Order: sequence, then C-alpha cells, then structure tokens
Amino acid sequence: MKEFVEGSHAIAEIIKAVQPGVISAYPITPQTHIVEDLAQMVSNGELKSQFVNVESEHSAASVVLGGSATGVRVYTATSSQGLFYMQEVVFNIAGMRLPVVMTCANRAVSAPINIWNDQQDSISLRDAGWIQIYAEDNQEAVDFHLIAYRLAEDKRVMLPVMVCMDGFILTHGMETVDIPEQEKVNKFLPNYNPLYKLDPAHPISMGLLADPDYYMEARFAIQETMKESIGYLSEISQEFNAAFGRDYKDLLVEEYQTKDAEKVIVAMGSVCGTIKEVVDEQRAKGKKVGLLRIISYRPFPYARIYEALKDVPRVAVLDKAVSLGAYAPIAVEIKAAFYGKKKGPKVISSFVGGLGGRDITLESVHEVFRRLTAKEVNSDFIDLKPELLKEEYGE
Amino acid sequence: MFGPLTVNPVKSKGSKTGSWRTLLRPHYLHKNCIACKMCAMICPEDCVSGKEKNAFLVDYNYCKGCGVCADICPKKDIEMVSEESKSEDK
Repeated sequence: MKEFVEGSHAIAEIIKAVQPGVISAYPITPQTHIVEDLAQMVSNGELKSQFVNVESEHSAASVVLGGSATGVRVYTATSSQGLFYMQEVVFNIAGMRLPVVMTCANRAVSAPINIWNDQQDSISLRDAGWIQIYAEDNQEAVDFHLIAYRLAEDKRVMLPVMVCMDGFILTHGMETVDIPEQEKVNKFLPNYNPLYKLDPAHPISMGLLADPDYYMEARFAIQETMKESIGYLSEISQEFNAAFGRDYKDLLVEEYQTKDAEKVIVAMGSVCGTIKEVVDEQRAKGKKVGLLRIISYRPFPYARIYEALKDVPRVAVLDKAVSLGAYAPIAVEIKAAFYGKKKGPKVISSFVGGLGGRDITLESVHEVFRRLTAKEVNSDFIDLKPELLKEEYGE
Repeated sequence: MFGPLTVNPVKSKGSKTGSWRTLLRPHYLHKNCIACKMCAMICPEDCVSGKEKNAFLVDYNYCKGCGVCADICPKKDIEMVSEESKSEDK
C-alpha cells in the first residue's frame, strides 16, 4: 500500500511486517524514530515482539545476539557512535553466523561531534563480516530490509546484514513508499528456522574459544560465504521482483547511462539521486556522462564493476567517508578491481565530499565532473572552505 | 560454507587439565595417614579420593599441583615432589 511517510516510519512498518521476536535498540540520532515507532507498535499490541530497553548500544547488540542464538528473528538499529559502541558484538554476531538484521542510519563520527550524514560509521565496520547494502531512497530502504532477512536467514548464507540508509536525508525525509502487504511478506519471507540454537534440552556451546587449530577455518568460511553471496543477492533480488514488481537487477550495482559514457561517477547511497539529475542534465546537452551506483559494499562486486567500467576512459569515485592517511575507501576498491587487468579506465580519480552532512549539491557534482581530467587526483576534497583552515594554534 | 561454530558441551571431567600442573605434584607417603580426609575435602579440583588409612590417591589427570593437601595434612604424610622425580604412584 502506498503511503506518504517519513523514512524511519516506513522502516518501522516493514519491520512490523517481518515480525521479529526480539527488538532491542538504544536511541541515537538519526536512527531513533525507527525504534520509537516500533516501541509504540509493540505497546499498542500491533506487533507481538519482545522490545528490550537497554542502557547502551553494546547491550542492544548483545540482546539481539542472544535472541538470535535462541533461534528467534531479531532486529536492531543504530548510528555512528552507537555502531562503534556495538563494535565488538558486531564482530561476534558475524563470527557466530547469526542472521541479525540491523539498520544503520548513516551519520558522521566524533570528534568534532556531528549528528549529520556521511557514511564513515558503517564503512569503518566493513571488515566485520556483515553484508552491507546501501539504499538510495526510502522505497529501496524498505525493500532492502525484506531482502536482508531473506538473505541473512538463507541456509547457504547465515550472515548478518546491515541495511545502510543515509541519516536525515532518508530517515527523516518524506517520500511516497509502497509498503509491502503482510500476506506477500509472509510468502516471501517464511518463518525463521535456525540451523542450530541454544536449547536447554539439547545443549550446545556457541562462539567459544577456538585455538590456532580451529580459528582460521571459521574466518575462511565467512570469506567464502561472502563471495558466494554475490550470487545469492542477485537470486533473491529476482525473487523479490517476481513477488513485488520492483527490479533491483543483481542488487550489486546500478548502471545509469554508463554504456557509452566517457566520464562516470561511482558513488553509494542517497547522493546518487543528485548525481542522476546532473547526468540527465549533461546528457541533454550531449555530454556522455554516467553513474555507477554501488549497492552492495560487502561483499564487494569486483567482477561486476570491472564489466561495468572496463570501457569507460575516466572514472571519478565520490566517497562520503575517508580513510585518514590513505586513499578513500570506495576508491581503493575500484582501483583494485582494475589492477593488473588489460582493460580499464585511464584515470580513476578519487573525491571526498559530504562529510558531516555538508550538502552535495548539483553544483558539487558538476565540480566533480569538471575536476575529472586527464590528471588523476586522490582523495580530493570537494566543497572545502579554505577560510576555516587558517586557524593556528601553538607557535 | 561453515567452519567450526558450535561445540557439544562436556562435563568438566571431560577436560583432562592435569597437563597444566605446576612443577610440583603431591606425593602421598601412606605411612602416618589417619584418614581424616582433610586432603580430599580441601582439594580445589576435587581429585583426591580414598576412605581407608594410607589409601588416599590423587587423580593426576586433574591435579594442578597447588599443594594445599600437603599443607593441611596434620601428619605431614603428603609431600610435594618435583614433577621429574620418579615415583610409583604417579
């Protein structure tokens, strides 16, 4: 049913339809509205779920870990510092192969404290063993949650999935969203049937000490499953399309006007809406430009990206995060995808923008296309204010 | 793909932890024992057994060599000996 709603509310609606047995979260901007709505649904009796109020994100993650270990579908959401506070449990959830689904309402990280959007938080946890998918708009954010549960609970996968949506831009943005109907959701997402669970009648121990004789195989298995998940993402995306009529293709990347393009921007998340508008504008003027949107950041679809960009002469990677002291996170992956290959872009330039919620405007995107010249640049910040860099401290 | 993920728990007796023992182990002399059972009661591993005088035994599969049995024995009938020393009751 189509509704004009806030992004957070749309997410709460789809989580209600997914019917997790345990929900636990701690409030943090800009994620709070999602779990606020869910708490209300539980207390109104619309959703039969155990909503556990906790004193911190570390506990919230631990509660859903425990819930999932007992064989129940679970949900949590967080942002920024909250995600970092969850970190050790986040790694544990993946290591124990528990199909937890979490929303990360992407937000900048401290210090300086900043509640606005960039993607530094989830990108910093890229090595945790979670599948990470990034939504461009609220319809996608809703649909990706449904796909996330199917993927996570797939017996071939059994990995947690983080659905990332840009804080405020999506979470607090009002859009018309088609919320999938309950019967269709039930059909697409059957009840969770765990491979193993904590049960006093048949005791097992989970996540315990693995000495050097055992540890590597546990990690290797996650790495292999991640690689295989590239195929499962596509498979489940097709099933989703058959059930709901929205086609996310292979759910790895979206190619927008890349076929004959001479300049392509690679980006992730809501900024791609803005880039598409610039691409349309430039295409109307006959300029061959395009966008490659990354949907799945983990697993990272190297082969798919190689295919999409191998004949594009110039590529600009626009990161909304930095790896301080190194190349920007997505730029590293794109460059790696072409290293040692015969074909590939002559230039892969890397740009950093939109940190801490600074708007990436149409003009910012034009600027990226302008700076994408024959001379390769790395981690080139866009929309900087040089006057703010004149502060001096000390001698 | 899955690696090692779960373990079927065993009772603590399933883990033979005697290999963690310190460099000393108790040697029961079986000379002046009065069967007071102090050694059996104080053993933190509960690995001393016996009922009759001069018949108490240590299960070295679990003994950590802490020495409290030798310390509490009122007849000084237990002594701590080096792990290397040969002894028939090892």
